[in-house]
Amino acid sequence: MDLLQNNFSTFLQGFGYTLLSSVIALVVSMILGTFFAILQILPQKWVQKVGNIYVQVFRNIPLLIITFFFFLVVAKVIPMNGFTAGTIALSLYTSAFIAETVRAGILSVNSGQMEGARANGLSFWQAMQHIVLPQAFKIALPSLGNQFINLVKNSSILAFVGGLDLMYQGNMVAANTFDTFGTYIIVALFYLVITLPLSYYMQHLERKLKHAA
Amino acid sequence: MSMIEFKNVEKYYGNFHALKNINLEIDEGETVVLIGPSGSGKSTLIRTVNGLEEIQEGQLLVNGFDLHDPKTDINRIRKNVGMVFQHFNLYDNKSTIENIMLAPRLVLKRDEAENKKMAMALLEKVGLADKAANMPSELSGGQKQRVAIARSLAMQPKALLFDEPTSALDPEMIGDVLDVMRDIAKDSSMTMLVVTHEMSFAKAVADRVIFMADGQILEDSSTEAFFNNPTEPRAQQFLSQVEHH
Repeated sequence: MDLLQNNFSTFLQGFGYTLLSSVIALVVSMILGTFFAILQILPQKWVQKVGNIYVQVFRNIPLLIITFFFFLVVAKVIPMNGFTAGTIALSLYTSAFIAETVRAGILSVNSGQMEGARANGLSFWQAMQHIVLPQAFKIALPSLGNQFINLVKNSSILAFVGGLDLMYQGNMVAANTFDTFGTYIIVALFYLVITLPLSYYMQHLERKLKHAA
Repeated sequence: MSMIEFKNVEKYYGNFHALKNINLEIDEGETVVLIGPSGSGKSTLIRTVNGLEEIQEGQLLVNGFDLHDPKTDINRIRKNVGMVFQHFNLYDNKSTIENIMLAPRLVLKRDEAENKKMAMALLEKVGLADKAANMPSELSGGQKQRVAIARSLAMQPKALLFDEPTSALDPEMIGDVLDVMRDIAKDSSMTMLVVTHEMSFAKAVADRVIFMADGQILEDSSTEAFFNNPTEPRAQQFLSQVEHH
């Protein structure tokens, strides 16, 4: 308890940065992921290819390497701190998984939905926005929930590039107090403060949407 | 004036020759029924009319626009040509009334109050005013199809295409759907092209019957002539088969 009390502001700062990084990465990766999912189902073969290459690149390289790439290479051209580099890497990495999840969701929406909408006069994009994507997200919701939880935990790579997040602050506290075990227990509990409500909320959303239609 | 005109239209799926030298003219306000054995190309033909299937050769004029011309805006044609599908294709994520109001709102920018009034009137017309708030999953097949027809009518199209609208329905649901279609056919300005196996409907409502087999139009005659003296042996055979049921 002393450990928590004496270092509370440090933990809290880390918690704040982890939460901030996660929220930014969640929003950005949802937008990018949906965009690259749609690219992969457009009729033009070369557009599909672009979407596929993006997904394959970011899905198949360790997150830590992507993070180092932004922190050590990209930062030489566009100056950025560890928090920014880590959050960008986290967003791109997660977006590749979200793209695959959303793409699978789109493909499991009955093709009659798009056909009905087009025959009704809607453009491809109107049909996507109002008919196909809402149904695709609903189908994809359980695995999107998984992605979001992974995202929060993966944000701990910020610690490797001085990203000031929970893990980073935990490392600091552990080094200063020599109480490694206690520190990481506290760090784990802080992560749970984010991930448990998140998983609860995703389950709640799933139930709610199930009853809606 | 002709609403739909096929001129030497050819359609292939890879190597399969689905539509062979189709020549067909349908006038504004006409009700035409398309019949033939399964695999004869009826559905393919009707789906080319609003661009759900592309044609490879020939000319296909709908409301004066050439569908085979890359410059033609397909969405503009679809605004004027509604389609009713065998499996309804209602928007599963929208309530009944939203199914009807969505396209007029997005495509025609119809005023919201006006849109709602028209949608309710259409639901009334197809006998489902009490189902306005229900989701498609809560409707029976026949109800879904009537909502789908109302959805097409809400766009105030010049032509309506029906692709086997009653084939997926339980027998006791078919009558209600056919009644709605009969009502629409009475409206003299609406052009209707209907693929169906309902011979009684064809006899009662159609101005003309087109008989197709193997991707070709074998017979194109007035309803009376077709049912009383079909000239083509394949048409005679088809009629004797379906009429024994």
